[in-house]
Amino acid sequence: MLDASEGYTTEDGRKIGGVVMEMKNITLRFGGVMAIKDISFDIREGEIRAIIGPNGAGKSSMLNVISGFYHPQEGEVWYQGKKRPSMKPYEVAQQGIARTFQNIALFEGMSVLDNVMTGRLRQMKSGLFAQALWMGKAEAEEVENREFVEKIIDFLEIQHIRKTPVSRLPYGLKKRVELARALAAEPSILLLDEPMAGMNVEEKEDMSRFVLDVNDEFGTTTVLIEHDMGVVMDLSDRVVVMDYGEKIGDGTPSEVRSNQAVIDAYLGVSHD
Amino acid sequence: MERASQANKELVSIPALLKRNAKLFADRPAYREKEYGIWQCWTWSETAEEIESLALGLLELGVAEGDFIAIIGRNRPYFYWSMVAAQCVGAVPVPVYQDSAAEEMAYVLEHCGARFAVVQDQEQVDKVIEIQDRLPQFEQMIYVDPRGLRKYDHTKLHQFDKLQERGRSAREKHQKALDALRDKLDYSSTCVMLYTSGTTGKPKGVVLSNRNIIEASKSSSEFDALSRDEEVLAYLPMAWVGDFIFSVGQAYWSGFCVNCPESTDTMHADLREIGPTYYFAPPRVFEMQLTNVMIRMEDAGRFKRWLFEYFMDHARKVGPAILDGGSVSAWDRMKYKLGNLCVYGPLKDTLGFGRVRVGYTAGEAIGPEIFEFYRALGINLKQLYGQTEASVFVTLQPDGEVRNDTVGVAAPGVELRIAENGEVYYRSEGVFEEYYKNPDSTASTKDSEGWVATGDAGFIDENSGHLRIIDRAKDVGKMAGGQMFAPKYVENKLKFYPNILEAVVFGNQREECTAFINIDLNAVGNWAERNNIGYASYQELAGHDAVLGTIRGHVEEVNASLADDPMLAHCQVHRFIVLHKELDADDGEMTRTRKVRRGVISDKFEDLLGALYDGSDEIFTTTEVTYEDGRKGSISATLKVASAEVVTPRQQKVAAE
Repeated sequence: MLDASEGYTTEDGRKIGGVVMEMKNITLRFGGVMAIKDISFDIREGEIRAIIGPNGAGKSSMLNVISGFYHPQEGEVWYQGKKRPSMKPYEVAQQGIARTFQNIALFEGMSVLDNVMTGRLRQMKSGLFAQALWMGKAEAEEVENREFVEKIIDFLEIQHIRKTPVSRLPYGLKKRVELARALAAEPSILLLDEPMAGMNVEEKEDMSRFVLDVNDEFGTTTVLIEHDMGVVMDLSDRVVVMDYGEKIGDGTPSEVRSNQAVIDAYLGVSHD
Repeated sequence: MERASQANKELVSIPALLKRNAKLFADRPAYREKEYGIWQCWTWSETAEEIESLALGLLELGVAEGDFIAIIGRNRPYFYWSMVAAQCVGAVPVPVYQDSAAEEMAYVLEHCGARFAVVQDQEQVDKVIEIQDRLPQFEQMIYVDPRGLRKYDHTKLHQFDKLQERGRSAREKHQKALDALRDKLDYSSTCVMLYTSGTTGKPKGVVLSNRNIIEASKSSSEFDALSRDEEVLAYLPMAWVGDFIFSVGQAYWSGFCVNCPESTDTMHADLREIGPTYYFAPPRVFEMQLTNVMIRMEDAGRFKRWLFEYFMDHARKVGPAILDGGSVSAWDRMKYKLGNLCVYGPLKDTLGFGRVRVGYTAGEAIGPEIFEFYRALGINLKQLYGQTEASVFVTLQPDGEVRNDTVGVAAPGVELRIAENGEVYYRSEGVFEEYYKNPDSTASTKDSEGWVATGDAGFIDENSGHLRIIDRAKDVGKMAGGQMFAPKYVENKLKFYPNILEAVVFGNQREECTAFINIDLNAVGNWAERNNIGYASYQELAGHDAVLGTIRGHVEEVNASLADDPMLAHCQVHRFIVLHKELDADDGEMTRTRKVRRGVISDKFEDLLGALYDGSDEIFTTTEVTYEDGRKGSISATLKVASAEVVTPRQQKVAAE
């Protein structure tokens, strides 16, 4: 571990471990636009870490840096005690970082089951040839993976749509399928990009429960971006607040809530 | 085929039946549950082992003889095992409706004084914790699904399989005690306590003995020649007596397999996969399935629709006769076979009824057209009339004597009597022991000779010898003009229309009849979609003018058909309101078994009822609603009061409006 500190205990009694990922002085520019300005924060094992901020604050960019989709011009990403070299997204995924997308990215024509199965790709070791001919260890591997996927399906309560093509599902369920696919990869860090966007209250409550249950059941470290302040404050252990590419706050929900810079960014500053 | 029914003096309790089954049917399936996408199976000998280790675990927890153990969950093998394990240690299982709000649950748990509960998941655990302060005697809880419960204080909370594990390791310590407790069970010991849903007042705990359950299961299994080869799907609430008889009583007596669906949402898919041979459903389920079929047929191509209609017409004509072994010409039989190939067979398969040998419906009157539809398809659907107090069976329809307007002949071992005022009484081995802690109600329901009042008015049909139920005895009233008022009869006629989910007719002591109507969101929603009618909510759709017009059409058709019946012509519906919310058990408007509570509804919607009779065209109202999690809110709407045309019967005059 990079950081030897022992972590902390949350209000509800969960033990949070040491640092698994650390962002050090990240700066990301698109041409002249400064998307992220010199931001540093860490992610600890087993915690739910939220990144919040108004529109255009650079939250998604930050997530894309973590998932290896963007490469920051300056700064370093440390993962599991090692500095991470510049990587392709699939290499990052190989390292055990899975994500969902703000604008759902599922295979629309495929069934829910098949979609979730794709999340197991990282665990499939048999070659293309063996898989095509259903030979050798391909079958055993498929059975094993299917079993794992079925447990996820059970966990997220989507049994009734197992065979339904994704294109026929309502939005809220698609989001849940995406979460299922990410979970199927057995990630050590789960990145959720606005998991509750566009949901009604009931769907949000369901999704929040799933996020908490996932963390509770599998101990998955979760990083989420979210707009809904209520949801963020209820769910997360620590929050990073961004505004115009800068970090303006970092701490527990109650610390962040009383931070003047955060209040100004969110509620606006009165002009008179 | 080997029958399991050798009457034996030793078979006097469910655990005794289990012991026999574990020996006799050791490797045959006893339970199946779909989990992780496949049907997991437990044989009878495995089941016996599971129950044994749970029973040992219960002893380890300190369950004592005579304790009550609440069982709160959907149909899963674990809960059936819990019930039998409770019986093994001399405790009494009390299954509770798992969708009841905390308040209702508190009443039941407090009333029976449960010390233990076996519950499904976090949701139920939370509910019980919430009401725990009011339950001084309550001690420990066992849960099946550990999800989300990791952080809970586990001093009084136990995981189901860990408890079994504890039971197995404490085998030596408790085995003797367990055997002794089990051997002590006899015909008079309590088998189960079930709470009646109660259309009026608080639920009552019906105590049923082993004699009640086993005798009722035995005679009814023999009546329909149930064997160990039957397959049933357990999907009806476990707290309901029917599920206890079908999934425990008859299953243990006959030794057949009980299949549990994966989740409530997958019920229909699971039904189809299992293809039960013995099936029970309340009329509501049959109605819903028929509505779904009709909706899908409306969306089908023209040729398919023609094919469906052509063969269904034929099936309605000759299907029931073929099923009853009546005389049907060779040509019609041929045509029916062809229809079976093209329409009936595939349809039955889609519905999951491909293998049904015996099907029953009960609980409410079933619309004749619905009943005929399934009979026409060649499904041996029959009616029975029963009560919790009778261990279900009062009357049954024998094969070949099925009619839609009767509920059959007295079940084997049941005596029937019709009182002066038309109320039906019965007496049988299945008659309950007592209402728990309620001697007054027991005395007023069951007399010293064992006759039980059903609370239903009926008569024995002279031609067939079958019992015919008219209505709840207390609901049958008189109109202001002195004619008989039978609301249920009219409501059932209305509810046959797929667009109408629920109807409540008023008219007791009044000049004319009126009704509240609930639309069926499925059927009407589909119609709206096809007609480009936009709506955002149930309330908006229910208030739409076109919907009102359609419903008016249905009401007028019902009025026309009522006009033909001299007995009931005066029960025609003059005015009606399409309600802005669905009647719901959470709001107390219906029972958990979905029977309307007239008293509650007429009190709650007093303003609307007033508007039906004071001639106004519109009324603004605010209604309190309870959400699933127990929170309350309110909705308000301006409702239109619609008038429907009534038909003047030829013989008599109807009071002018």
